[in-house]
Amino acid sequence: MGLQEAISRALAFYDEVLSLPHRAEIKRELRDEDDIFYLLCFSEMLGLPNPVSYYTLELYPEMIEQFHDWHLRMGMEKSPLDGIRCC
Amino acid sequence: MPGIGLAVIGIIIFALGYLYYSKFIAERIYRLDPNFRTPAHQFNDGVDFVPTKKSVVWAHHFTSIAGAAPILGPAIAVYWGWLPAFLWVVLGTVFAAGVHDFGALVLSVRNKGRSIGTLADRLIGRRAKMLFLFIILILVLMVNAVFAWVIANLFVTFPASVLSIFIQIPLAVIIGIYFLRRGKGLLFPSIIALVIMYGTAVLANEIPALQIDLVSYFGGEGAEVAFGLDAVSMAFFVWIVILMAYVYIASTLPVWKLLQPRDYINAHQLVVGLGILYLGLLFTNPEVTAPVTRSVDDVSWFPLLFITIACGAISGFHSLVSSGTTSKQLNKETDARQVGYLGAIGEGTLAIIAIIAVVTLFSTQDEFLANYSSFNAANEMGLNNFIEGAAQLSTGLLIPETIAQTIVAVIVVSFAATTLDTAVRLMRYIIAEIATEYKAYAITKKHVATSIAVGSSMALVLMPGDDRGFGAGGYLLWPLFGTSNQLLAGIALLLITIWLRRQGRNFLVTFIPMIFLLFMTLWAMISQVWLQWAWYGDQANLLLFTLGAIILVFAVWICLEAYLLFKNDQNQGLEDDNDKIG
Repeated sequence: MGLQEAISRALAFYDEVLSLPHRAEIKRELRDEDDIFYLLCFSEMLGLPNPVSYYTLELYPEMIEQFHDWHLRMGMEKSPLDGIRCC
Repeated sequence: MPGIGLAVIGIIIFALGYLYYSKFIAERIYRLDPNFRTPAHQFNDGVDFVPTKKSVVWAHHFTSIAGAAPILGPAIAVYWGWLPAFLWVVLGTVFAAGVHDFGALVLSVRNKGRSIGTLADRLIGRRAKMLFLFIILILVLMVNAVFAWVIANLFVTFPASVLSIFIQIPLAVIIGIYFLRRGKGLLFPSIIALVIMYGTAVLANEIPALQIDLVSYFGGEGAEVAFGLDAVSMAFFVWIVILMAYVYIASTLPVWKLLQPRDYINAHQLVVGLGILYLGLLFTNPEVTAPVTRSVDDVSWFPLLFITIACGAISGFHSLVSSGTTSKQLNKETDARQVGYLGAIGEGTLAIIAIIAVVTLFSTQDEFLANYSSFNAANEMGLNNFIEGAAQLSTGLLIPETIAQTIVAVIVVSFAATTLDTAVRLMRYIIAEIATEYKAYAITKKHVATSIAVGSSMALVLMPGDDRGFGAGGYLLWPLFGTSNQLLAGIALLLITIWLRRQGRNFLVTFIPMIFLLFMTLWAMISQVWLQWAWYGDQANLLLFTLGAIILVFAVWICLEAYLLFKNDQNQGLEDDNDKIG
């Protein structure tokens, strides 16, 4: 391993250490935004009127895969929707 | 004795502790299993639970726990001579802090990455959770008051450091908005920010107009300003108001805007600080001039030494970090030994260099004795002595002493400011949580909770005064900070002990440090509260008496909880409870 490679590895390690909590914070904020978006998309099924449900319906196949993680994050151990039996 | 000798002895004992004692604990007591599925794998969500390389987790854990406290405590405790402080740091780290940090990490990993607070709730019940919340509340209140005083004191003593600290705020906001928020690398922008800060410190050192010296603005030491306050008291008051206004804003902003980029820049300062001090020690090798031990009339070393040095020997705050974030990142359970135990040793090395910087500062023993003339003088001057001692060590790296003093002051203020920001934010969360428990929902609102946190911290830091008057006596709170920190460590050790006992393992390795800590805390509080601070005592002080009495009640409460738990376990049989906590 050359000196240049050793230095760049050390810098990458150092950067990883320092960035660890900050990356998590950014990801958490993005995930929170996503969670609100999910709630809006599923709002019709949860009893809240959704004027654009005609369009969000198209997103369901994409969203269903992540629905299980979403309801766990929202503090619901089991799926709140009868139509989606992920667990 | 040469200063390097102290460092070498300390590092050798740390190495032996890590190689043998931590290995014994890992294999025989905590019984780490390389095949155990850690929470990072079990609940991997890419955000909080992420399996991470152990070297990265260790370094991150170390930067989270190291701060100004392991510097300040030892710098005060050398008042009783260098040997007691050195022994407590070295032996405390090996037999108490290492076991405590390591144990809190393992306990959390074995319980789905839950925090110590949640584990207290699950293990003992709601009463324990409330006790835990109140002790953290007291701890963060002390942290806010003590660190606000530390910063104000350093701003008054080292006015050349002020501009550097304030220039860091816009730099951090720019980095937050333009780099962190957009997912770009922070390494080079933060190094540039650091260079600008140190450059400003050097310039301010050379150009007096750049020094923000409130005391001279108010007419110099001794000048009367207003409301019966002299220039120094007024400077303290103004700095504390400015600091509290700043922390109010900083702790209510989103973390990425200011707090995180500042933490990133300050993490560099930890590396710079440790590098300067240890390399400086290597090149200067100064002689220790402080006495080995010293008998004093005002305050006995026993038991006050054990609460004067909290961080650096053992600190309950580490259990919050271990169980809060670190446990969710461990790739393998066996990594806990390096991360937890070696993290505590990292903090111990910081405390050792703080001791060396102070005990080698003075050219003769008489000078040392004159400077550390009383315990109050040690409390008040300890940090300034560290800064001057560190600057003296820095001359080994050919850094001029006055510039080094300013840079070390900038480093210490940065550490203290990071702690202050985080502690005010934490206090806000705790106030909200306690208010939720008691159904006082109005208090849970962000600005209400922050106002209570900032208002009570400001009142606390301004209340105690010394011969210089209003606001200058914040150092009197330091023993109370140490006590509340040790109580928190006592709770964490109690939980680990209960867990080990229910697993049918030898729990003496955590039980003995727990008893030691609780005994020292109780003794120190009884002697200070009832003999010194009470209305009939020789240093009567209603504020310290009230705070001390509250902490004393908590200490007794923990002892009772521990006793009841052991008694109940004995009566019910250990097996019944095994499923409660895993």
